[in-house]
Amino acid sequence: MNYTNCGNFKTSYIKDAAIFQTKFSLIMIYSFIVLTFIFPFFANTYYLYLCNTIFIAIIGAAGLNILTGFTGLISLGHGAFIGVGAYAAAYIFNNTDLNFLIVIPLAGLVTAAVGMFFGIPSLRLKGLYLSIATLAAQFILQFFFVRAEFITGGVSGAFVNFPSVFGVSINSDFSFYFVGLIFTIIMLLAAKNLIRTKTGRIFLSIRDNYIAAEAMGVNVFKYKIISFGISSFYAGVAGALWLFYLTIITPEHFTIGVSIQYLSMVIIGGLGSLLGSIFGAVFITLLPEFLRFAADNLSQIYPAVTSAFAAIREGAFGIVIILFLLLEPEGLAKRWNLIKAYWKLWPYSH
Amino acid sequence: MDFFLQLVITGIVIGSIYSLLALGFTLIYKATGVVNFAQGELLLVGAYICLQFTVGYKVPFIFSFLLTLIFMFFFGFLIEKIFLRKMIGEPIISIIMLTIGLSSVLKSVVQLFWGTSTRTFPQIFPEEPIAVMDLQISYVYLASIVAVAVFLLLFTVFFKKTRVGVAMRAVASDQQAALSMGINVKRIFALSWAIAAIVSTVGGVFLGNINGINTSLSHFGLMVFPVVILGGLDSIGGAIIAGLIIGVLENLAGGYIDPLIGGGAKDVFPFVVMILVMMIRPYGLFGTADVEKV
Repeated sequence: MNYTNCGNFKTSYIKDAAIFQTKFSLIMIYSFIVLTFIFPFFANTYYLYLCNTIFIAIIGAAGLNILTGFTGLISLGHGAFIGVGAYAAAYIFNNTDLNFLIVIPLAGLVTAAVGMFFGIPSLRLKGLYLSIATLAAQFILQFFFVRAEFITGGVSGAFVNFPSVFGVSINSDFSFYFVGLIFTIIMLLAAKNLIRTKTGRIFLSIRDNYIAAEAMGVNVFKYKIISFGISSFYAGVAGALWLFYLTIITPEHFTIGVSIQYLSMVIIGGLGSLLGSIFGAVFITLLPEFLRFAADNLSQIYPAVTSAFAAIREGAFGIVIILFLLLEPEGLAKRWNLIKAYWKLWPYSH
Repeated sequence: MDFFLQLVITGIVIGSIYSLLALGFTLIYKATGVVNFAQGELLLVGAYICLQFTVGYKVPFIFSFLLTLIFMFFFGFLIEKIFLRKMIGEPIISIIMLTIGLSSVLKSVVQLFWGTSTRTFPQIFPEEPIAVMDLQISYVYLASIVAVAVFLLLFTVFFKKTRVGVAMRAVASDQQAALSMGINVKRIFALSWAIAAIVSTVGGVFLGNINGINTSLSHFGLMVFPVVILGGLDSIGGAIIAGLIIGVLENLAGGYIDPLIGGGAKDVFPFVVMILVMMIRPYGLFGTADVEKV
């Protein structure tokens, strides 16, 4: 529900179809973007590191949300698709002299192709069976990462040098921040607009009732494959960015655990909401940091906490997911809207 | 030939444990429509509880095994009551995520209590293998196969002959009808979790006796998917047969393909088989096809 102020009339179709319905929200968004560009000049490396990780997570989560939230296809292989993007980027970057800004979308395209290939079972499979097929994709790709040493470097991983653009080397958290931020904004804008196109609406119709969609003349299989492709493209871009941030990647970066993390971002943020992808990515990325902070303080009282930290982190992750599913099944985006509505309607909330 | 047979026998042992896990998985799926990603963690918890009784409290193995089964029965029961009961009617992705969250929690609890290093059961079965025509079969393998067979038989009888078993089948085939016949569907839901916990525990205890236990055993929970897909998600007989097939195939792949490519075939081969089966028979070997009507 989009609550707008009283007196906010629309006098043209263009206004009605605008992404930001009111001047106020437009101003807020622009000032927020400006703030994000100013932020790194005042932040230390740790905060920049967090932001960079969050940017990558947002792109990946937005991609998964297109597939799972908008099209209704569950993917348990998103972590592996991110890996495909990272390895593809490493391979292209090391074997050609293309600039990394071109390598990133190319890696996205490679991942889209792989994703579409693993989307083919969706021709015959639905719901649960399909999600298990993507689980198979996860394991098969993971096997490939370890075994195909001529492309992926095997267990020791793939390396790249720090990339550079216009003579500026992207070799610090500070310089990567801007790359990450710009890519995040572009990818989110693209996703936001995708939902408003015919393709996006067909995704929604497949999610809501694919039989009805088929009866309306939608080629369901084709659009499912397209959804897999777009979602994997996002995963590929996220993976490529991750590669250029870390400059070394190993198969351990792309396990089933990563797939699950991305799924939980989408769920905790809110299925079918791009804002939700952002919230979810921020939340799941910061959760272990909060826990580490808490554990560091607790360990002064109970030294055992440090050694048990890995277990505690995993348990807390599980508890958070369970609590969200039980108490806030529609995710943070829904809560955000409720809070907004509360302030708009206050004090007459009826 | 010996090598081949040895692989097949190991495959049958591992496969029979897959069968048990798949049985638990199918049972829950049939009765409640829940996909349980925490099946492997139930196995883990069961194995560690039994270890605790045997090693920690020095209870003789047979009794600790029985105690564990009783404990796990209530454990499964409680999981359903506390977590899954509230998820009835939620979309499938929420339920999948809930069981994934549950698996994280269970794994972390196990790690907190018992650490991550591999623990072994005290020697219960004679170490000396018995020779059957050139083949060396260890007692623990035999015991696992026998135990699994006994449990599968027990469950067959349970489903065919007892009131509760028949009620469970009724709920699985048509919840509405079962409700109107006065069957307590909620109790059946909880019961199916309890039984799933028990069968996983049997698998976990025997795996623990073969190789020792550590948290990586929960990997079995993911390997159960190729099995249930091959067998058909809602077929108990299919789960059992598919478990044996996947177990044997996996071991053969490990034995013959691994040396060629340098390892890892064992983990991925079941999934390749699964994809191929899905392409040809989307509902597995024995699963029922969903007929969709508008």
